[in-house]
Amino acid sequence: MLEIKKLHKSYPIGKDSLHVLKGIDLSVQAGELVAIMGSSGSGKSTLLNIIGMLDEADEGDYILDDVPIKNLNEKKAALYRNKFLGFIFQSFNLITYKNALENVSLPLYYQGMGRKERQEKAMFHLGKVGLKDWAAHLPNELSGGQKQRVAIARALAAQPKLLLADEPTGALDTTTSYEIMDFIQELNDEGKTILIVTHEEDIANMCKRIVRLKDGVIMEDEFVNQVRASQYV
Amino acid sequence: MFDLDLWREIFQSISKNKLRSLLSGFTVSFAILLFTLLFGIANGLENTFNSFFKDDAQNSIFIRPGKTTKPYKGFKAGRDIQFKNEDYDYLKEDFGDKVQYITSRVYKNLSASYKDEKSSYSIRAVHPDHQYLEKTLVYEGRYISAKDLQESAKIVVIGRLVEEDLFTKTIALGKYINLGGIQYKVVGVYRDDGGDNEERMIYMPITTAQKIYGNNDYIDQVNLTYNPEMDFDEALSFSNLLTKKLKERFDVSPKDQRAVRVRNMAEASKGVNQMTTVLGVLVLVIGMGTLIAGIVGIANIMIFVVKERTKELGIRKALGATPKSIVTMIMLESVIVTALAGYLGLLLGMGILELIGDSLKEYFITNPNVDTSLIIGATITLIIAGAIAGYVPAKRAARIKPIVALRDE
Repeated sequence: MLEIKKLHKSYPIGKDSLHVLKGIDLSVQAGELVAIMGSSGSGKSTLLNIIGMLDEADEGDYILDDVPIKNLNEKKAALYRNKFLGFIFQSFNLITYKNALENVSLPLYYQGMGRKERQEKAMFHLGKVGLKDWAAHLPNELSGGQKQRVAIARALAAQPKLLLADEPTGALDTTTSYEIMDFIQELNDEGKTILIVTHEEDIANMCKRIVRLKDGVIMEDEFVNQVRASQYV
Repeated sequence: MFDLDLWREIFQSISKNKLRSLLSGFTVSFAILLFTLLFGIANGLENTFNSFFKDDAQNSIFIRPGKTTKPYKGFKAGRDIQFKNEDYDYLKEDFGDKVQYITSRVYKNLSASYKDEKSSYSIRAVHPDHQYLEKTLVYEGRYISAKDLQESAKIVVIGRLVEEDLFTKTIALGKYINLGGIQYKVVGVYRDDGGDNEERMIYMPITTAQKIYGNNDYIDQVNLTYNPEMDFDEALSFSNLLTKKLKERFDVSPKDQRAVRVRNMAEASKGVNQMTTVLGVLVLVIGMGTLIAGIVGIANIMIFVVKERTKELGIRKALGATPKSIVTMIMLESVIVTALAGYLGLLLGMGILELIGDSLKEYFITNPNVDTSLIIGATITLIIAGAIAGYVPAKRAARIKPIVALRDE
């Protein structure tokens, strides 16, 4: 599903350059639920950005669903992002002047889907996250948990091969965090491949596999016994 | 390609961000408002200048005698020059192919009365051609004819205001009017676009005036129009030739500027044409400047808008928006705001011109307006302007890296 080999990335800082990723090897199979952990500066966000095609590696290979991701121009990157990836952000990143339904249907709009079909699909995914009744509400009328669920619905709408979540519970309280994790686990149960960047142990333990990064290299890569979030909800 | 969804996106973005759209639109509205007013007023000025010449034929030449100022060929300075019928005949015959219409004039001031109404009027005794030279519009009866001249008929053609003054209870046509004790039959009533003074005149056959008031063949002035096929330079050399020939005829020094005065309207109207051209260019330059200021203004605001929307655009890109779709969106938004706001300014400007137009007459501004071609031109300019104003910010927006945009929290 996802193959990363000898991935390097550095950022120029003045005359020097900061070597952030120093040869990452990572392989993720379909249906996995992986937590990427590490303290700040460990390179976990950079790794996620590269996987999300928001950034490009200096060296190494990245193959997603048998497609090598290399030398993408903006147009191609946009196409691949739209086709392969769904993003879930810490700060939700909903468009403030669009209501929940419009937010969810946006990736479908960029797929070139017709309006009616788009709205039906968006409504279906909103229903999946339990927010059918909130379709016409603007983001600022929703609670944090609801916003994140709208964001998840949006990420799901394009039916991506891979879901990328960058600290999806970072802005939420514990109870809401567990609700979201419960939902993510359910999605994973249905077969979705999901990558979560987090620095919270309890969130990481709700995944099936934990990859720990430190100073740009993978320190530890282990499969864990998943803690089900549903018991806390 | 018409993409309904794209338009929906843009209209949503405009309408959900009213303040932003309003601010960017205001600059353009204001610029176009000024542009319209400027153009309208310039047009008004031009109309006024043109109306000065509407009264008379534009290819007129006026010839008047004066006093000599230089001694010449044994004559002392200060001699009066008097035109006579033979001079009229000379002009008519010797320059026949170059002259379109020609008339002599004799001026008199007489008191006129009909029944109890009485007033004093300027009398012009003329040839029939005078009608075309002065653009006299006879709307009742007829003008002076060649037959009237032969018979020295005691007839007059009176102005609209003369009829209003004297014939308060009846119509003038066919009635007899008393001019200095002699009865004249009114055979025609006329209008003239030259203003009230021109409509307070009385015309009579030149032979009648010469016979009754002096019994001589003196004339005060000769007016003619040159062949309209002549261009400006030909017209000018024609009037110079006339001056030269007449000076020879009256034994006047070629350097004497006062004795025979030939005034060519082509010169005056050319001067005015030049002035209105300069005025037009000036207005165009200022107007374009205003428009450019407006465009720069909206470009500025669009840059700010793109900055403000960095995060939104980043989200869109993360969700799969191509750079092209971002450029199209921003540019179209700019074009729509510019076009709508500009049109509003245009309508506002036209409304103001319509409202205050009449009250500007005393400032030499007549009927200020903007014509359709200008409106079409302005609309096209606006759309182009909007595209230019939107292009730079749109390009900048398309370059936004989603990762940078999304980090911005």
